[in-house]
Amino acid sequence: MSLRTPLGRAVGLGSAKEGVSHWWWQRVTSVALIPLSLWFVFSLASLVGADYQTVVDWIRSPIIAALLIMFVISTFYHAQLGVQVVIEDYIHTEWLKMASSLALSFITAFLTLVAVVLVLRVALGG
Amino acid sequence: MLIKNRPLSPHLQVYRPQLTSVLSITHRGTGMFLAFSSPVLVYWLWAIAAGADTYASAQALFGSSFVRVILFFWSYSLFYHLCNGIRHLTWDMGIGLDIATLYKSGWWMVAISFALTVATWVIGYVTRGGSG
Repeated sequence: MSLRTPLGRAVGLGSAKEGVSHWWWQRVTSVALIPLSLWFVFSLASLVGADYQTVVDWIRSPIIAALLIMFVISTFYHAQLGVQVVIEDYIHTEWLKMASSLALSFITAFLTLVAVVLVLRVALGG
Repeated sequence: MLIKNRPLSPHLQVYRPQLTSVLSITHRGTGMFLAFSSPVLVYWLWAIAAGADTYASAQALFGSSFVRVILFFWSYSLFYHLCNGIRHLTWDMGIGLDIATLYKSGWWMVAISFALTVATWVIGYVTRGGSG
C-alpha cells in the first residue's frame, strides 16, 4: 500500500497521466533545434555545389557526425510531438486517433534509427 | 460521443483574420509541412551512404527547378517555424504577451524569417558559382 496521498499522486500528472512531459520535451527539442537547424540549413547551402567526396569528408568529421545525429533525433522527436497534438486536435474517432498516434510513433522512431545508421555508415565507412 | 455534428465553437469561418491568428495557424501549417517533408532528410542521407552515383542523381533531383521551388518553400517554412518558435519560447517565459508586442514581434518574425531564407539561397547560389 502506497503512503502517498491521492492529491500527491495526481498533482502535475493531469488526465493523460504524463504530467508536463509532452510539453517539456517539445520545449527541450525546440531549444536544441534553434542552433542545430540554423547550422544544418546553412551547411546545406554551402554544400550545394560540392562534389561527392567533399560531402563524405564533411560527415566523417566526428563533430559533424555527432551534430547531424543530434539534429536528426531532435527533428524527428519534435515532429512526432507536434503531429501528435494535431492528431489529438482534429481526429475525434477514437480508434483512428489511436491508430494514427501509434503509426506516427513507429514511423518517426523508424526514420530516426535509419537516419542515425546512415550517418554512422558514412562517418565510419572505410 | 453520442451526438454527432454538434456546432463547433468558435465558428472560424465568420472570424475576420487577424495577424495573431494567421501567424498561429501558419505556425501549425509550416510545422506539418516540415514534419511530412522530414523523410527527405533520410533520403538525402541514404543517397550519400549509397555512393557517388546515387548522390549525383539526388543532386540532380534537388537541383531541378520544380524541386528547387519546393525547397525554397521548405526553407522559408523552416525559418518561419524557427523564428515563431522562439516567440513561443518567450511567451512560455511570460514575455511579450500584450497585443502591441505581439504585433511587433509578429511582423519582425516574418521579416527575419524571410531575410534568413534569402541569405540561405544567396549562399547556395554563391557556392554554386552562380551557374544556376
